[in-house]
Amino acid sequence: MNVAIKPGAGSQTLLEVSGISVSFDGFKAINNLSFNIGPTELRAVIGPNGAGKTTFMDIVTGKTRPDEGSVLWGESSTNLLRLNEAKIARIGIGRKFQKPTVFEDQTVTENLMMALKANRSPFAVLGWKAGDADRARVEEIAAQVGLADQLPRKSGELSHGQKQWLEIGMLLAQEPKLLLVDEPAAGMTLAEREQTTALLVDLARDHAVVVVEHDMEFVRRLNCKVTVLHEGSVLAEGSLDHVTADKRVIEVYLGR
Amino acid sequence: MKSGFLAKNPSVLWFLLLLAVFTLGVTFLSHAYGPGAISTSMVKTLGKTLCLCLIAIAMDLVWGYTGILSLGHFAFFGLGGYMIGMWLMYERTRDIVLKSAGEFPMTPQEVNDAIGTQIFGVVGGSDLPAIWTFAGNLPMQLLFVVLVPGLLALIFGWLAFRSRVTGVYLSILTQAMTLALSLYLFQNESGLRGNNGLSGLQNIPGVSAGQDHLSIWFLWASALALGLGYIAASLIVSGKFGSVIRGIRDDEARVRFLGYSVEGYKLFVFTLTAVIAAIAGALYYPQAGIINPGEMAPIASIYLAVWVAIGGRGRLYGAVMGAAFVFIVSSWFTGGRVPDLPLGFYTIDWVDWWQVLLGLAFVLVTLFAPKGLSGLIDLFEGIRRPNRHGAPLGPDKGSFREEEAQE
Repeated sequence: MNVAIKPGAGSQTLLEVSGISVSFDGFKAINNLSFNIGPTELRAVIGPNGAGKTTFMDIVTGKTRPDEGSVLWGESSTNLLRLNEAKIARIGIGRKFQKPTVFEDQTVTENLMMALKANRSPFAVLGWKAGDADRARVEEIAAQVGLADQLPRKSGELSHGQKQWLEIGMLLAQEPKLLLVDEPAAGMTLAEREQTTALLVDLARDHAVVVVEHDMEFVRRLNCKVTVLHEGSVLAEGSLDHVTADKRVIEVYLGR
Repeated sequence: MKSGFLAKNPSVLWFLLLLAVFTLGVTFLSHAYGPGAISTSMVKTLGKTLCLCLIAIAMDLVWGYTGILSLGHFAFFGLGGYMIGMWLMYERTRDIVLKSAGEFPMTPQEVNDAIGTQIFGVVGGSDLPAIWTFAGNLPMQLLFVVLVPGLLALIFGWLAFRSRVTGVYLSILTQAMTLALSLYLFQNESGLRGNNGLSGLQNIPGVSAGQDHLSIWFLWASALALGLGYIAASLIVSGKFGSVIRGIRDDEARVRFLGYSVEGYKLFVFTLTAVIAAIAGALYYPQAGIINPGEMAPIASIYLAVWVAIGGRGRLYGAVMGAAFVFIVSSWFTGGRVPDLPLGFYTIDWVDWWQVLLGLAFVLVTLFAPKGLSGLIDLFEGIRRPNRHGAPLGPDKGSFREEEAQE
């Protein structure tokens, strides 16, 4: 029923990033980068430090404006570059930061309640009361990320790994269509990593998930398409075995 | 749900109880309704203290909870005072004009001219400026108490927050705002009697009761406003809205990525607290009797931040404790009733040295007791805070530090 889709994009594209470039003080952090992801796809983004992984996420979430290029979203091809961070988040893009950023002065419940999908306007929030459905949803998410018995605790008291989980839980509570996950496994134990992998693979069944990760073992377990970034543009794309066999990838990333 | 709210916030009940006991106690010790153990001027000081506690709550909402260090909220306080002062002065002058005219009939135009001459004679004018159009209309002026400061805050906040001015730059901007307003009002052309300000505000037109009774009525009105303000502020900060603004204080970028419009929330809180400040001002100045542009000097708003810091920001009773404690102690020191301290080579005159003491207290509280006076209540309750090894609770400039957070 919709027609205004660019040739080649197809209705299977949720996020279409094309030809974006951004430079900071003359340094080109992103250089003519293009990237597509479908509505139910798991994608790993790897690359050496300074390859532009975080800047890429900053651009998609509206934190950084690119100098050129376009970022289109969804079936109606909404131009994300015209929206601010809050609107992009409301449209359905959730982000988990590299360093766990939760509200340390607030309880796990408060953190999750705040993230829960609901009307975000100040007036609506002022009159908002947690209903039974909201409480049940928070408990469900907490159970999913293994924090069921931590709900009344201040999140500042949680361990590093638990904070990571809480942030993933907040991401789930937002019910985004696209999840941008920056180094989810950092600071986690082996068992926790496996749990994270399972969760991400499971989520990708009905969400688009982009994972930025350094840890090759972790990426291997995700068993998905991999995009290798280098100096702000895509160096290679394909299965992990395919990209690790690529000479240029070995040269810039794996060989060192 | 009401009982749930009170059960979760026992401080609200305690606060209302203490406020009621205080108000009743003062009433039955006053000249008007009791033996007169508390002088009328003391009643007025206490009533004014309650108004300052109310603006301290506003400051705590905007700074302690939302992390916006506004150093301009006394501008709104003063504007609220001016708005009610215009009515008080106009009506009282009209009474005087009509009385002096006696049996001689005057046209409304003549009455108006006579009022203009009476009020503006002191600055060499005789015409009532356009902003006095509604001065004789109490409902309109009461509306202006809320509307004028509210609109100023809305426009100022919209401009500042939209450009994402934060931290110390925003503080400087708010200082500039209150300074500009104060300088503008100092001019005779601004139509509010320049540096003379508005005076005689302690006389309420149409009320024949003396100051003994009036002071008690204003004490009650101030206590009522403070009680309602405290309840409203507690309701705001206890729910999800409170979560969001505390989130903005500690890490505003993160709140944005959750989909909340940080600018919208800041504007909401800034405007709301400006209105609370204005209401406090409208109750304060009839008790003070006089208002002039000096009240809006930048230093006044800085003092407000000091009160809240000394009381303990980020909790409402902390703000109230800080404002009450500092204002009452300062009235005591500056009232000249404290004996001088002879050191032999120098005599400490407390009227002059009090401010040094206040500054020292501020430094000491910041360094050694970041939770302020309200930390004493934690001590009493045996509340301990979790040890996070000194890590700040958020990356933003206004964010809480570990020492301030409570378990």
